Amino acid sequence: MADPAEREWDELMRASLAGDEAAYRRLLARLTPSIRASVRRGLSRAGAPAAEVEDIVQETLLAIHLRRASWDPGLPLAPWVAAITRYKLVDSLRRRGRRGEVSIEPLVETLSAPAEERAAAHDVARALATLPRGQRSVVEALAVTGETITEAARRLSMSEGAVRVALHRGLAALAARFSKEER
Amino acid sequence: MRTDDLVRALAADGGRVRVPLGRRLAGAVAGTTLLVAVVYLPLHGLRTDIVTLDWSLRIAFKLAVPLAAAIAAGALALDLVRPGVPPRRRLAWLAVVAAVLAVGAVAELAVLPTSEWWPRMVGRNALRCLATVPFLSALPLAAALAVLSRGAPLSPAAAGASAGLAAGAAGALVYALVCPDDSPLFLALWYGIAVAAITGLGALAGRRFLRW
Repeated sequence: MADPAEREWDELMRASLAGDEAAYRRLLARLTPSIRASVRRGLSRAGAPAAEVEDIVQETLLAIHLRRASWDPGLPLAPWVAAITRYKLVDSLRRRGRRGEVSIEPLVETLSAPAEERAAAHDVARALATLPRGQRSVVEALAVTGETITEAARRLSMSEGAVRVALHRGLAALAARFSKEER
Repeated sequence: MRTDDLVRALAADGGRVRVPLGRRLAGAVAGTTLLVAVVYLPLHGLRTDIVTLDWSLRIAFKLAVPLAAAIAAGALALDLVRPGVPPRRRLAWLAVVAAVLAVGAVAELAVLPTSEWWPRMVGRNALRCLATVPFLSALPLAAALAVLSRGAPLSPAAAGASAGLAAGAAGALVYALVCPDDSPLFLALWYGIAVAAITGLGALAGRRFLRW
C-alpha cells in the first residue's frame, strides 16, 4: 500500500524520535516538498491565492515539529502528516476568510505566481518579530543566519543549554501566535 | 522567513521524544489520582471492608466500572490527539463499559424487591457524591490536559471531553473507596451525573486549551 518513499519516512521519523539529528534533518527536507504540493493543491481547490502556500507550509512544519509525539510509531507517517497539513490548511483558510483576504486576491495570483521555494513567507516572520528579544535572536541566529547552536551560544554569550531552551520556547511561542490569532 | 531557514531551526531543536505520549498520559492520570487518594482517603475514612478485601459483588462492580471507564476514556483521548487515527476501536471499549454498567443496573433491579429500588438508588450520600467526585477529578483532569496539549486533536472539544471522562472516572474510583452506597443503581445515577459534569467541563477546557 505505502510506497517505498513513504516507508522511508516512517524509518526516518522513528530514528528522529530516538534522537538521530541527521535523520530528522533529512526527514524535514523530504516532507517539505510533499507538504508544499498538497497545500498548493488544496488552495487551488478552495480558489484561494497561491501566494499563501509558503505561510501554510511553515505553519504545518511547525505543528509537525512541536506535535511529533502525537505520531504513533506503529502506524505509517504519511496519513499523520496529511491530517496535520489538512488541519492547518483549513484553519488558515478560515482565518483568512474572516480577515476578508480570500475574496480580493485571486486577481493578484495571476499577476505574481512566485517560485514558492524561494518565496519568503510573512506570517512566521511577523510572529517572530513579536517574540521576546532573547528567543527572537536565538531563532534568527539558527534559522536566518544559519549558525550552529555552538556558534550562536558563543556570539550571544549564552550557554548552549540556554540557547537550546530559548530555541525551543521560541518555536513553541511562534506556533502559539497562530492558534491564538483572531479567535 | 524562508522555509529552508525554518527547517534549519526545527532541525536544530531536534526530534527526540523521551517519553511516548501514551505512557506520559497514563503516568500523569495515575500519578495525580494516587496523589489525590493519598490526601483524601485518610481524611475521610477508607472503608475497612474494602481494605480487608471483604468485597461483595457490588463493591467489586463499583470499583471495576470506574477503573475500566478511566482506562477506556484515556485510550480514546490518546487516539483523539493522534491525527489520522480513527477513534472507532476505542469508542467500542467505552461502549462495552457503558453496557456493563447498564447490565449491572438491570440485574440490580431484578434481584431487589420493588420497594428497595428507590432507597438504593438515592442511597445515603448522593449529594456528597456529586460534590466530591468533581473535586477529586480536578487535578487528574488538569494533568491529562497538560499532556494532551502535546498532541494534535482534530477536535479539541472531543479530546477534552474524553480526558474529562477519564479524569472523572479516576475521581469516582477514589470516592468509591469511601462511599457507603454500593448499589449499581446509585453508581449509574449519581456517579454518572458527576462524571458527566466533568466530561462537559473537559470539553470546554479542551476547546480552550487543546487548540493548535
